[in-house]
Order: sequence, then C-alpha cells, then structure tokens
Amino acid sequence: MDSVIFLMLRRMRAPLIVLIAIYAISMLGLALIPGVDANGRPTPPMSFFHAFYFVSYTATTIGFGEIPNAFSDAQRMWTVLCIYLTVVGWTYSIVTLLGLLQDKGFQAAFAKIRFARAVRRLGEPFYLICGCGETGTLIGNALDRIGTRFVVVELSEHRVQELDLLEWRADAPALAGDAREPELLKLAGLTHPKCRGVLAVTNNEEANLAVAIAVRLLRPDVPVLARARSESVSANMASFGTDHVINPFRRFADQLALAVRAPDVFRLEQLLTGIPGEAAPEPHRPPRGDWIVCGYGRFGHAIVAALDSEAQPVTLITPEPLALPDRRCITGIGTEAEPLLAAGVDTASGIVAGTDNDVNNLSIAVTARELNPSIFVVMRQNHASNSALFDAFVGDFALVPSRLIAQECLATLTTPLLSDFLEHVRRQENAWAAQLIARIEAVCPAQVPDIHGITLNISEARAAYLHLMADAPLTLADALRDSTDRDTPLALVPLMLRRAKQVMLLPSPRTQLAAGDALLLAGPRTAHTRLKLALQNANAFDYVQHGRNAPGGWIWRARAARQAQRK
Amino acid sequence: MNLEKVVFGFFIVLAATMNFGFFIGDIDNPVHHDVFELFAAIVVNLIATVLKFGDRTQIGAIHLATSLVADLQLIAAAIYWAYSVHVSGIGMTPGVTASVVSLAAGAMLANVVSVVILIAETVMMRR
Repeated sequence: MDSVIFLMLRRMRAPLIVLIAIYAISMLGLALIPGVDANGRPTPPMSFFHAFYFVSYTATTIGFGEIPNAFSDAQRMWTVLCIYLTVVGWTYSIVTLLGLLQDKGFQAAFAKIRFARAVRRLGEPFYLICGCGETGTLIGNALDRIGTRFVVVELSEHRVQELDLLEWRADAPALAGDAREPELLKLAGLTHPKCRGVLAVTNNEEANLAVAIAVRLLRPDVPVLARARSESVSANMASFGTDHVINPFRRFADQLALAVRAPDVFRLEQLLTGIPGEAAPEPHRPPRGDWIVCGYGRFGHAIVAALDSEAQPVTLITPEPLALPDRRCITGIGTEAEPLLAAGVDTASGIVAGTDNDVNNLSIAVTARELNPSIFVVMRQNHASNSALFDAFVGDFALVPSRLIAQECLATLTTPLLSDFLEHVRRQENAWAAQLIARIEAVCPAQVPDIHGITLNISEARAAYLHLMADAPLTLADALRDSTDRDTPLALVPLMLRRAKQVMLLPSPRTQLAAGDALLLAGPRTAHTRLKLALQNANAFDYVQHGRNAPGGWIWRARAARQAQRK
Repeated sequence: MNLEKVVFGFFIVLAATMNFGFFIGDIDNPVHHDVFELFAAIVVNLIATVLKFGDRTQIGAIHLATSLVADLQLIAAAIYWAYSVHVSGIGMTPGVTASVVSLAAGAMLANVVSVVILIAETVMMRR
C-alpha cells in the first residue's frame, strides 16, 4: 500500500503546489483590496478569514455570492481573475489525478495490493498454480469443479485478463508476474498457512526450477509438483527433493510401453487418472511388431527407450543422418512417402509421429495411413489449440502434453492414495485390469469416475469412527449402503484399503473395517457425497446401519436416551 | 547545481525565515505580529510540505514530518486568531496574541529542525 501512496503523492506534487499558490494569490488580493459600504464609502479590505471563505466557495464553483457585504468594483475585478485561476487550478489537479488512476504502473501496483489482500484473506486450503497456460487452465478447471480454491501467478498479463472471463465458480486470485521472483510467490500465498501445494507448470523450464527451489527453501513442508521437459532439469529438480517431477515425454513413453505390454492395465490407468466427468478414454491396443519413430529429439529418445524395454524392433527416421550402431536409421523427414517406404512402413505395425511440429506430425500420420491403412498411429500434439486438426484425423493414440500434466497433477494432489494404487496396478496382469474396468464401467458408464479417498477418523468419518471405537463390527458392505435407501448398495467400487502400512487391493465386501482405515473408492460424484454423509453424520449412520430413524437434535437425543434408561 | 534543489532549499529556508519574522517581537503585543506575515508563513510552509511529498528515504520521511508539524501549528494559530476576532469577538487581546505567537513559535522549532536536516544532508553529500 505504501508504494501506491508515495507514487500518488509524488505525482500530485505539481498540481498541489499550483493550487496552493492560486489560493494564496487570490486570498492575498482580497485581503489588500478595499471594499465599499452601502453609501459608497470605502471600507477596510476583507480579513483573511473572510477571504479564505470566499475563495473556498468560489474556487469549488459553489458561488454563494458576495458575502459578507456587496463588493467594490476593484474587488469584483480581482474576483474575475480568481475565478479563472482557481478553475484552472482545480482542473489541472483533477486531470492529473485521473491520469494517475489510468497509469499502467499505478494500476499494476494497485492490482498487486488487491491480489495480496485476496490471498491473505483465503480462509480455506488452496493450491498455488504458477503458469496458467493450457496446463494451468486444465488444472484450474478441475480444481474448481471439485470445489478447491487456488491462486494463479501467470507471466502474461493478457492471459490473466482472459482468466476473468472463465466461468469458474469460485473466485481465483490471479496476478500477472514472473513466478521466478520469490517475493511474488510469497505474495501469492506461499507462506500462507493454508497453502496445500504448489504446481510449477509454466512452459519455461528455468521458471519451474526456480519455483521448485523457492518452495523447498521457503516452505519445506509444502509439496511441490513441477513440470520438466529435459532429463537434466528433471534430475536437478529431483536432487533437491521436489515431490513430483512430471516429464510429459517420459510419462507418455512409459504409457506407450505399458499399452504395448498390457493394454487393459493401461486403459485402467487412463480411466482412473482422467479428469472426472469427462467421457471415458477410448481403449488403445497398440500392436506388437515393427515400429517406426519419426523425430529423435527428447520425445523420440523417450519413446525409443520405452519400446526397447518392451523388445519391439524400432526404425528411426531423422532429418540428420545418425550413426547408431545397432539401429536402422533412415534420413528424411517422414512427411514424404520415400523415407517411410525405406523404413518399411508397409510391413510395420506402428508409427510414432514425434517431431516438434504439429503440421509435420499430421502429414506423417496421413502419409503413413495411405501407405498402410492398418498401421497404428501414435501422434505427438504440441499445442492444444490444434485439437480440431488432430480430432479430424482419427489417430490411434495422441500425446497432448498439457493434458497429461494436468491429469498427473490432479491425481497426485487430490487423492494421494491413488498414486499408491497405480503403483500396484502397473504390476498386475491384463485380465485383472479388464475385470476391474468392467466393474467400474458398471457403476459409471462411459464416464471417467470420481476417485476419492476417505479415512475412518474423527474428522472425515465421525459416526463410523465412534462406532468402530466402541468395538462394534462394521463390514465394508455395510459401510457402502445408500443413506437414502439402506437396502441398495452405493454405486462405488472399493479399490484399495490401507491399514497402517498394510495395503489390500480390491477389498472384498466382507472385510471388517477398523478405525483409522483409509479407503480409496471409484464411482459417480453423488455416491461419494452420500457415503461421506452416511459415515460422518450420526443419524444417517444410525439409519444406514440399523434402519431406524433416530431423533435428530441434541435435546431430543438426550430425551430418547433418558427414556431408554427408564425402560 | 540543480534547479530542483535550489527550489527545495529556498522554500524550506523561506518557511523558517517567514515563521521567524512573524514570531519576533513582544509575545503579547499585537502590533508586533502582522497577519500578512502569518499568511505568508502558512502558504510557504504548505508549499514546502508538498515539495517533500513522495521521498521514500528516512531523511525524506523526517523532512515531511517536521513540515507537517509546522503546518499543524501554524494553521492552529490562524484558526485561533480567526475565532477570536470573528466568532467570539474578543479581538486581539494580549492573551490571544500570546497564544497565537506561542503556537507559531512551536512551528518555528519544527522549521528549524527542517533546516538543520537540510544542512546535515548537504554536509553528508560533500563527504
């Protein structure tokens, strides 16, 4: 606030001095010029008090008239001058003030103050998103949907203005500024007690690195998720304990490898990490066999490493000749038929269009399809804005980095249990995954389910916790009854149960629950809300478990307890 | 040589001298204390205050503070004067004059501090 006041005072210096001078001159003149009485005899001039009174109401154009006595002609002459002088003085002051209010620097200073105040007043847990481009917006949308607050720091002022137009339910404080500045991060709530995590998802690697370091040093207890493109930056981030480094290329390559090895496990992972409420991802079944990879940059390297790990033979097409001893390399871009044919596109089972140019990637994909209609096409989409083109060409599998990062961030942040579960899932058989997919699709047809964790403790599931602490039995099937009709089970699939360090995958309905258990469940949003109510609220829990509608209020409950005692 | 500094120094010293001019004389003799001089002192003091606006240094802050004190005292003196003459109608009795002059004397002390700071600042610059 100080800086704004100082700026204002400094700019107002000239107009204020002009105004003081004009008042002084006007008053002095009135205090010197003699007046006249009703009989035309000269009277002594006005006192300074009356002069100030007269100038005050004349300068502000109120104009009460000639007070206290009718003026002499000399006084009137001077008044004419006063009127014009003071009007100019006031106009100059007001115009300067208005100009100041429209000044860019002044507005930026003011926006910063408002932002800082909005962040300071956030009373609920929130996340700090650094960089609100494609990725940041996707994350923001999803966080807003589940009712979590967040604060945005974005480099481009233009983008911040666009954020105002997004239809987010909660107001997200946003500031245009460089997230690399630690002061700015502090302003954005890094040291706020309610800050739950920081997402460094700008498209500048250095900025992400700087944010990750700043968070580690200023708020070691807050998790930070950072996006990295190159291996060296990923390694650097991991070295000082960044909680989660997301390298979209490596992640996508791992997914491709997983899809080649166990397509259903891959599909399950997609389903669980998708953005809740969106249409379920289509199944991808990349074939085993010969693969062609176009482009051998960071993305190409990751893909080739992943395909190698699955023992799939790979042929490379690169613009510059490469000297790799044990790999077939064709020189070319891959947008023409010639290098593709040389790489054996007519017999290959899959092709990866992985250059950093969207148009080239599309061209590669179309050409390859023409030469071999049954080939499996994997495409790298660099900009989400090109989605229309990529949708029009029915590729088999496309990487959209912003989407991938957003999904990963959300899964890690909102349900920590989920990342544990996915670790276990990746080690499972294909058939196991196919069975689980069928169960999830039964409760949540053609939609990405909401995944929530619930811990049976006093704050999240009060009623169930008290029940369990009283040594009463509670099976999983009983816990998952609907609180509107206790005979129907809730449409939720229990994925995992964690008791202390012990993990149970797909717990059976007969499992006995214990206080402190953490459950991970998949299903529609409404089912989750009902479950929360049934486990938290004593009356709902009582109805669900015993089928009785107990009196609700505290007084009636006390009375009911007394009556029960008397009996 | 810098015109801005000349103007700045000029107004600060002028504020102090005007103030002194009004203050000097028998404390309770209205003839020794002219209303025009008080008016001039107030105007010059106000201009000196505005000139000090917007300086974020420590010395700048103290400069501004002394000026604000001087303004406050001088304006209080002027209001008391106007009240005695126009509102209560006592006129400039020795008692009223003494009060007005002592208020102005307080303002002068603040102005002297301001001048001392100005000189100290200049001396420090030389070094």
